[in-house]
Amino acid sequence: MADKPLTVAVLSGKGGTGKTLVSVNLAAAAGEAVYLDCDVEEPNGHLFFKPEKPEEETVAVKIPQIDTELCTGCRKCVEFCAFHALAVVGGHPILFGEVCHSCGGCALLCPAGAIQETDKAVGTVSSGRSGHVDVFTGRLNIGEASGIPVIKHLLGKIPSGGERPVFIDCPPGSACAVMESIKDADFCVLVAEPTVFGAHNLAMVYELVTLFRKPFGAVLNKCQEGENPSEAFCLEHQVPILGRIPFDPELGALNSEGNIAARENQRYRELFGSLLERIGKEAQHEAASDS
Amino acid sequence: MKQLLILSGKGGTGKTTVAGAFISLSKAKAYADCDVDAPNLHLISHWSSAPQRSDYFGMPKARINTAKCIGCGECLSHCRFDAIKAGTPFRVKPFACEGCGVCVAACPADAVSMEPAPAGELALYRDDARVFSTAKLAMGSGTSGKLVTEVKRRMGSDAGDAELAVIDGSPGIGCPVIASISGVDMVLIIAEPSLSGISDMERIVKMAESFHVKTAVCVNKADVNPAKTEEIRAFCRERNLPFAGTIPFDTEAVKAINSGKNIAELDIPSGRAVRKVYENVMELLWKEAKQHDYKSSVGEHGGVR
Repeated sequence: MADKPLTVAVLSGKGGTGKTLVSVNLAAAAGEAVYLDCDVEEPNGHLFFKPEKPEEETVAVKIPQIDTELCTGCRKCVEFCAFHALAVVGGHPILFGEVCHSCGGCALLCPAGAIQETDKAVGTVSSGRSGHVDVFTGRLNIGEASGIPVIKHLLGKIPSGGERPVFIDCPPGSACAVMESIKDADFCVLVAEPTVFGAHNLAMVYELVTLFRKPFGAVLNKCQEGENPSEAFCLEHQVPILGRIPFDPELGALNSEGNIAARENQRYRELFGSLLERIGKEAQHEAASDS
Repeated sequence: MKQLLILSGKGGTGKTTVAGAFISLSKAKAYADCDVDAPNLHLISHWSSAPQRSDYFGMPKARINTAKCIGCGECLSHCRFDAIKAGTPFRVKPFACEGCGVCVAACPADAVSMEPAPAGELALYRDDARVFSTAKLAMGSGTSGKLVTEVKRRMGSDAGDAELAVIDGSPGIGCPVIASISGVDMVLIIAEPSLSGISDMERIVKMAESFHVKTAVCVNKADVNPAKTEEIRAFCRERNLPFAGTIPFDTEAVKAINSGKNIAELDIPSGRAVRKVYENVMELLWKEAKQHDYKSSVGEHGGVR
């Protein structure tokens, strides 16, 4: 392997297809590993890993603070703000903090030097250990609009070297937060469920990983008898199927109680072990064909 | 017109399945899919005519005029979004650019401009009786809250005399959810009986409470973990949240969806249960006593992001 550890992002488009199930169990099956929960709006990986004594850091963004003594009411900042986060009330600008993007433009432009930037907490990143896995969890504060600053902070936790594989549990969708989460990944695992909804959203993330030229493969979850529109999509678009997870009430029960199947159950230890091996091979193959 | 929004916090709990059933049961004349990151409601909505499609423009993106660029690096040093790539000439990374315009202000050579950028597509289905508004955000785009606001605006302006609008929401608690919640009359949360499901439900309940909007909870796939379903009931009792009922796990529901049907049309366990949930929710929605005046708390700054 190269000096950079293998970084695997797990995504799905649709929510609830099993991203957390797959990424948590892959990390658990890998032995020494790093797990990052980038689903900062609704992080769940920690409920499975239950890391001991997690340490919490605050994630803050810069927001403007207006000194009304110095402010001349010229409105330059209000006119500049592309996000409509400033409005003049009573002769001076006031801030709507929840829509501020922290671009710093208002402070830069203020001719009176009346705007200073100050920290505003938007979330947390907690770090802990569970067995052989380092667990990092991002949490967006309730009421905050964008998880991007928390995700950026979280991705900074990826070790720059070493052998331990890194697993990134992504948010649902295919918008900015997902793009941010897969930016540093060497390989993307697309988790899909056997419904037309699942297949439709698989098509979206397929488009996303193709656009970003990421090597990828699919894991089909909740497989049962009958048709599987997601499998049909994979076959039609030559998406490698890395593994299949059966629809299984026993797995459902383990999962709903916050247990890690790969730690509790021999069959799933083997299933995720071989899935991990397959991902390693695919990623290596891609790296070789790239160079 | 009363607006009912369906949310869940956690993804995949059954928002769209329940929304589809409610639309069918209420014969809703107005409905919308606000899950612009991953819209699915159109897959089980039957329209014979094509929708009216239009481009959605999000925030503009910076563009560097390479002929004017003097390579000073002012744009790079002022950009907070890591959206400028150094080199000769300097370039903008379009997916990282958030459209703030700081680079335009910082450039001494007048080489940067902001250009409109398509960030998705809106679709409006309409006939004499009904309207369905939906949209799809472009890959990797931001500003989903702004698009959600537009989806709801279009539904509202074509709703005519509709008494009820059913809105399918997105997972999470961030910008699209904040934008979708603004101005609705009631939120129905579809919870899932698992440790993850409960954790996510608690966060979305807090979110809805901060908007002072009437909120009820129902549990989907309730029989998968009866103990956790009971925990959700207890949570609702404790918080004084109306509990709208349970829907069992049903393999027939998957088959129904895969054949483009909604569960309420069929005599299957999940279909029978969702009808009961629907009756409970309608009773709550039309109950006169409005708990709070929530519309004032959001205003136009509700979901610009």
